[in-house]
Amino acid sequence: MTSAEEKTAIEIDTPDDSFVQMIKKTGGPNVQNCYQCGTCSGSCPAGSRTNYLVRLIIRKALLGLKEQCISSPELWYCTTCYTCTDRCPQDVKPTDVIKAIRNVAVAEGYMLVPHQKTALKVLEAGHAVPLEKEMWENLREKVGLERVPPNASRYPEAIEEIKKIAKKTGFDKLVAEKETQEE
Amino acid sequence: MAPKSFYHFLGCIIPHRYPSIESAVKLVFKDLGLGLLDMEGATCCPAPGVFGSFDRVTWATIAARNLTIAEAGGHPITTGCNGCFASLWDANHELKHDDELRDAVNENLAVIDREFKGTIEVWHYVDALYQLAGLDKIREKVTRPFDGVRMALHPGCHWMRPKLIKQKDDSERPRIFRELCETSGATYVPYKDELICCGAGGAVRTADVKIALEFTKQKFDSLLEAGGADVIVTPCPFCELQLDLGQVEIQKHFDEEYTFDVMHVVELLALAFGHEPDEFGLATHLQYMQRKSTPAWEKLGIKVEES
Repeated sequence: MTSAEEKTAIEIDTPDDSFVQMIKKTGGPNVQNCYQCGTCSGSCPAGSRTNYLVRLIIRKALLGLKEQCISSPELWYCTTCYTCTDRCPQDVKPTDVIKAIRNVAVAEGYMLVPHQKTALKVLEAGHAVPLEKEMWENLREKVGLERVPPNASRYPEAIEEIKKIAKKTGFDKLVAEKETQEE
Repeated sequence: MAPKSFYHFLGCIIPHRYPSIESAVKLVFKDLGLGLLDMEGATCCPAPGVFGSFDRVTWATIAARNLTIAEAGGHPITTGCNGCFASLWDANHELKHDDELRDAVNENLAVIDREFKGTIEVWHYVDALYQLAGLDKIREKVTRPFDGVRMALHPGCHWMRPKLIKQKDDSERPRIFRELCETSGATYVPYKDELICCGAGGAVRTADVKIALEFTKQKFDSLLEAGGADVIVTPCPFCELQLDLGQVEIQKHFDEEYTFDVMHVVELLALAFGHEPDEFGLATHLQYMQRKSTPAWEKLGIKVEES
């Protein structure tokens, strides 16, 4: 089978722009400024070592290829360093576009397990990196600080507030649903 | 009127993994007459790459909750983490300029009886040191200059990027962080990959630590090509973790050994101001704890008594 048989032309005469509208609404309002120069990918430290190509993802988004964009594992190799954003001649703000696409991906169930665990930690402890073990309290004491800092580690009511926020925004379900899927 | 006191936003990595930074900043700010107030009940910023990538409105709401703590007390916030700065500064900025987001966030905050008002500013330690204390005053406090010490910099990303929004420094040729670090008397060593990301951000370290470490390795190799350095200085604890603990992880994943001493800029200044490393626990960096090693005191020009 040749590759020509596997890959069909993309009908750009009638692109489905619902995905683009979703991205614009979710934090990437300038996505349609892109003229595909590739400055983003040329500047990208993740792109130089992985298959992550900002230009490709934006092109696919503009063509309405939502599923390809949101299911791509490479989507999660952007470190959000904003080098592409600072260099983009069209003010596309590619980093924000990638984050917006990630938002859509998560809303549709594409969330990596380690990310889900990090999110759960914030809901459970108020911190993505919690104080957690006695050894960290000992470390604080060793450098002359109180064993428990005056953040959510000391004030459980702060964690309750985070839980209420997550319930209100539906974020708790977003994370929990994924958990059920994994089981 | 210029602020004299800040709410001290600790975040996660500083108080829970690199507390020497928390200790050091208290010494440095006190020496310079700047106040740090506890920000009681502050949570995760929340992590901009992780939470911002999951759900923008939830990210902005949790960040806004932190901002409301400072608004209630009427002091600006300062943080020593590029990631926390990215969440708090960016959320503050976006909420002040995006009415739709602000309405959505305030509707969420109403369930915990809070409201974002937009009355305070967010400063990085670097801003407070550079703009408020000023380089001249900092230089006056230096009693132990790092003469002859080769210093490489890792400014990181979110303090200065995106440059059109942050409007602080030229992100292609930054000078503010360099000028601040040079007050210590150390010699700045340029290297090709100084400005690339440490690799940890954007939820990449969480997703695939090996990919994240490849960024770090590229930085280290670039620095070695430039002749190496006695210390790498950064304004961010997450970058510090990646560059410091990252050396132990690189050894595990790639079987290559690097031994760079890594410091947060406030640790560098605490030492330059004459404080002893034990006063804030420099030797508790996770690289030293895990390798059972110590900083290269001699290279850093610091005399310590063997314990």
